[in-house]
Amino acid sequence: MLKQIEGSKAVAEAIALCRPEVICAYPISPQTHIVEALGEMVKSGELTPCEFINVESEFAAMSVAIGSSAAGARSYTATASQGLLFMVEAVYNAAGLGLPIVMTVANRAIGAPINIWNDHSDSLSQRDSGWMQLFAETNQEAVDLHIQAFKLAEELSMPIMVCMDGFILTHAFERVDIPTQEQVDGYLPPFDPRQSLDPKEPISIGAMVGPEAFMEVKYLAHAKQMQALELIPQLAAEFKQQFGRESGGLVRTYRAEDAETMIVAMGSVLGTVKDTVDEMREQGHKIGVLGIISYRPFPLQEVRAALVNCKRFVVLEKSLAVGMGGIVATDVRMAVSGTGLKGFTAIAGLGGRNITKASLHKLFLEAEQEQLPPVTFVDLDWDVVNKQLEREKQNRHSGPIAENILYDKGMSSSAKFG
Amino acid sequence: MFQIRVHGRGGQGVVTATEMLSVAAFEEGRHAQAFPSFGSERTGAPVVAFCRLDDKEIRLREPIMEPDALIIQDPTLLHQIDVFAGLKPDGYVLLNSAHSFEQIGLGELVKQRGHAKLSTLPATELGLKHVGRPIPNVPLIAGFAALSGMFKLESVIKAINEKFSGKVAEGNIAAATEAYELVKKQMEERAHA
Repeated sequence: MLKQIEGSKAVAEAIALCRPEVICAYPISPQTHIVEALGEMVKSGELTPCEFINVESEFAAMSVAIGSSAAGARSYTATASQGLLFMVEAVYNAAGLGLPIVMTVANRAIGAPINIWNDHSDSLSQRDSGWMQLFAETNQEAVDLHIQAFKLAEELSMPIMVCMDGFILTHAFERVDIPTQEQVDGYLPPFDPRQSLDPKEPISIGAMVGPEAFMEVKYLAHAKQMQALELIPQLAAEFKQQFGRESGGLVRTYRAEDAETMIVAMGSVLGTVKDTVDEMREQGHKIGVLGIISYRPFPLQEVRAALVNCKRFVVLEKSLAVGMGGIVATDVRMAVSGTGLKGFTAIAGLGGRNITKASLHKLFLEAEQEQLPPVTFVDLDWDVVNKQLEREKQNRHSGPIAENILYDKGMSSSAKFG
Repeated sequence: MFQIRVHGRGGQGVVTATEMLSVAAFEEGRHAQAFPSFGSERTGAPVVAFCRLDDKEIRLREPIMEPDALIIQDPTLLHQIDVFAGLKPDGYVLLNSAHSFEQIGLGELVKQRGHAKLSTLPATELGLKHVGRPIPNVPLIAGFAALSGMFKLESVIKAINEKFSGKVAEGNIAAATEAYELVKKQMEERAHA
């Protein structure tokens, strides 16, 4: 049914249609509206049977999800930013134990400096945790990916994060087609766990594993993600059959046919990128787009195939590997290694900095001319950066950076460190 | 694409206004995207929210920097921020005020842009009168429907019924209806002047 609905509410309705049996959550912006809506649905009896557990922290949220999933219950939670970091030990355990938990990450920056706005630093920090990560471009795709995620996770017995841009998607009202219960039931079978704790037939899950077997267990986690590379397109195809629309898959290209310049990105920024590319196409530029939906597993072959015929590419990413450059860009360059393709990294939108069509036009034109440095920081205010660098050069006791920058930007009047 | 920017203060239902505008557009079969300028929400602090309308899917995610229309929920913002920044030359302006543009020192605006797409509306008073609260958002979106002709009043009423129920919905519908008629009348008077 078509609805004009907030992204968070749409995702909550999709989760409810997936018949979760345990939802545990701790509120943190911008994820809160999702679990609030689910809490209301459980309380009103609209979502039943389901236990909604208010926990005391994100660490507890993931711990409860581990317990309930191990007991054979379809388990869901949601988090963001510092909340994800706070649960990290349990995040790795959920993956190591092979428990098919589905978690929404409403992507948000990581502090310090504290910042509630969107970028991809949080889930990308869990790149190597063993969780799969799918990125939604729109709220429709966020809905659809959650439905696919339960099936994927349970088929492989591996946990998955469905990543949607905090605020930009979670708080946006737009048109979303919410499927019927019959459609979802026809796609997603009841949870049939590969392992489950049962007092009648006691087993243990979570043995200590020494050097003699640890590598094999870890290799199998890798092997499962390699299986996911085959399963994700299959599930997207089955989804299209059942629901009649394209959603999910590993990667998606746009106007890539004869593109000489390709823009690679993940998540909601793809919308602004596509609008920019349409305008540039009208002006005769041969430019196209590669959207990455599956960040983990990373589809090396598909990325290579999508880029191999272009001349140059830009990875536009909302993340930064400090001391290195791009995070997604590193993987993309791995995918095209040996092709001799010219690759540029553009870091944009950190901490919610707006990514505008105007800035993208400029960036893409410079890329086309191959005039970009290897790593570009889009719309960085070099004046305040250089002023702080100079301040540090001149004064040993240069003070806290964030406060100095706020002062230089005229947003705070209380700098103590000239 | 038609882009509306709503300015107001925390507590005035600015975000709700854009959400309801998007629902009204959806009711008329259009694509709509509403989103706030995200920040720490504090009562009284300046708030901006956005609504895009189109006949096709809306993919753009940047904030609205060159609006086709402005709805200003609080006239005291005029002294604090440049609410008119980027407004298209033929853009609409609907301002919450019981006074005319000339009376509050915006005569220049009318001189530059003419009367056809500008209107003031005593939206706070209408909220107080019909809902018992000084929340101007619903009268303003109904007034905007009249000013721009982009929505039918009945679509605004559908959006009200989706958001509110019972007495609150009834009060808001009464406020919306009076606001719609006030702006319509204002425009007719100008057309004959």
